[in-house]
Amino acid sequence: MTLLKIENLTAFYGASQALFDVNFTINEGEVLALMGRNGMGKTTTISTICRMLKHRDGVLEFAGQDLGKLPSHKAAQLGIGLVPEGRRCFPNLTVEENLIATARPGHWTTKTIGAFFPRLTERRSQMANTLSGGEQQMLAIGRALMTNPRLLILDEATEGLAPVVRQEIWAVIHRLKTETGLAILVVDKTLRELRQVADRAVILEKGSTAWMGSMTDLTTDLTDKYLGV
Amino acid sequence: MIKETDLNTAIWLLFLGVPLAAWQMGEIYTITLATKICVLALAGVGLNIALGLGGMVSLGHAAFFGIGGYAMGILASHAQSYAPIMETPFLIEGTKSMPVIWVLAIIMSGIAALAIGALSLRTNGAYFIMITLAFGQMIYFFAISWPAYGGEDGLSIYVRNDFPGLNTLVPIQFFALCFAILTAVIFLSSRLEHSRFGMALQATRQNETRTQAVGLTPYKIRLIAFVISGMICGLAGAVSADLNRFVSPTMLSWHTSGEIMIFVILGGTGRLFAPLVGAAIYIMLEHFLGGVSDYWQIFLGLLLLMVVLFAPGGVIGLLTKREAAHD
Repeated sequence: MTLLKIENLTAFYGASQALFDVNFTINEGEVLALMGRNGMGKTTTISTICRMLKHRDGVLEFAGQDLGKLPSHKAAQLGIGLVPEGRRCFPNLTVEENLIATARPGHWTTKTIGAFFPRLTERRSQMANTLSGGEQQMLAIGRALMTNPRLLILDEATEGLAPVVRQEIWAVIHRLKTETGLAILVVDKTLRELRQVADRAVILEKGSTAWMGSMTDLTTDLTDKYLGV
Repeated sequence: MIKETDLNTAIWLLFLGVPLAAWQMGEIYTITLATKICVLALAGVGLNIALGLGGMVSLGHAAFFGIGGYAMGILASHAQSYAPIMETPFLIEGTKSMPVIWVLAIIMSGIAALAIGALSLRTNGAYFIMITLAFGQMIYFFAISWPAYGGEDGLSIYVRNDFPGLNTLVPIQFFALCFAILTAVIFLSSRLEHSRFGMALQATRQNETRTQAVGLTPYKIRLIAFVISGMICGLAGAVSADLNRFVSPTMLSWHTSGEIMIFVILGGTGRLFAPLVGAAIYIMLEHFLGGVSDYWQIFLGLLLLMVVLFAPGGVIGLLTKREAAHD
């Protein structure tokens, strides 16, 4: 079943157009990789899905509901959980407070999050701004899960982290996929890990969908052409 | 380094112990000063919820303080004169019962906070400050132009109102009452801070966009906090009016808003006992330096400057060696 549907999406920052023609869908339980070089519109697309940026034209539906007129908090309440680029935990709240502040009823509670991220349990009374980058990232994921989303969006979740910590985050994403069946939209630059975790991929080029297909169909020619790797 | 909870306990015991000692020594004036500190600290605790937890820099909180004061003044003056407040369409009479006055003061200031907050919280930053200031000044000028209740001269109440089981004219008993209210409100403020609502409020202050992205509504959260904050200030106003047995438009002026904010900043924004420490410093400076010079507030300004520059966590932050409780 289609969870998120985006068709011919356009969006602007003031007068300058950032998204021209974005198209893709995400099904329940699917992991979709959103790819593209820097400045191609990945984060803008995510901001539009989360209603932090209003789109101008096109279709944007979540679970059959038009997101067009909804404010950001309503989109989140429908079940869109965002792990933002740069983590952005609430710095002067403790780990536990970060989680409790955003909690909504469902499977994910401080207890289940603690079981999923034992490190967060160890650090539960520590201020978020005193955590390491990896721990902050876990907290950002935990905080998004506490909203009990149907779709989890991870924007550059491994950026700026040490290689060992990156592997931990990828392991978490893999566990989320296999153990929870949560739909995940993941934006990242590390192709190798994306290949392991994602079912399908969408490549953005200059604010438009340039390619969409199964991860297994993503050939070296395509990655060379659109991702420059 | 002192733990903040230990420091808070010490402060609480000090503020209880000093007036009790003064009572034993017959130092009535010291008890009155301590009562004044409690009442002003109560207003500070109210503002601290909006400012410290919610990051709302309001210059209009004197409006709620004054509304609480006028609620007491109007009810008590009618009780004194035996003239009803209104006769049609139904009879409303004055009262000298403190609990009844407090409830009405809380309700009236809550309604005012709801109206002012609903409009002003649609803005941010300097605009929010200016709108709260404008509303505060509107109410201030309304009180000045309201001759029925003293206008610019204010309204005197000749006898302090009644509280069941207490003789409120006895300074130590009135202090005990004020201290009990302050303790109860600080306790409630602590519970609020550590509730899910309090965490969401602090999250809203730290990153509004992110708060929305996790499904919270900053406007609603802030408005509720603003109303709670206003209600506490209203209660403080009613108790303050009883302490002074006098209400005047000065209670509503932006200077009063500034003074309440100074208590919070001196003590340490967002810290539980900050208003009590800040109010105590303020009253002590006024008491000791006011006798030396009419311009004692120059020293207050210097102190405030030093706190802002060198101790952003306020006096409590300085003693606990911690930065500001909140960003």
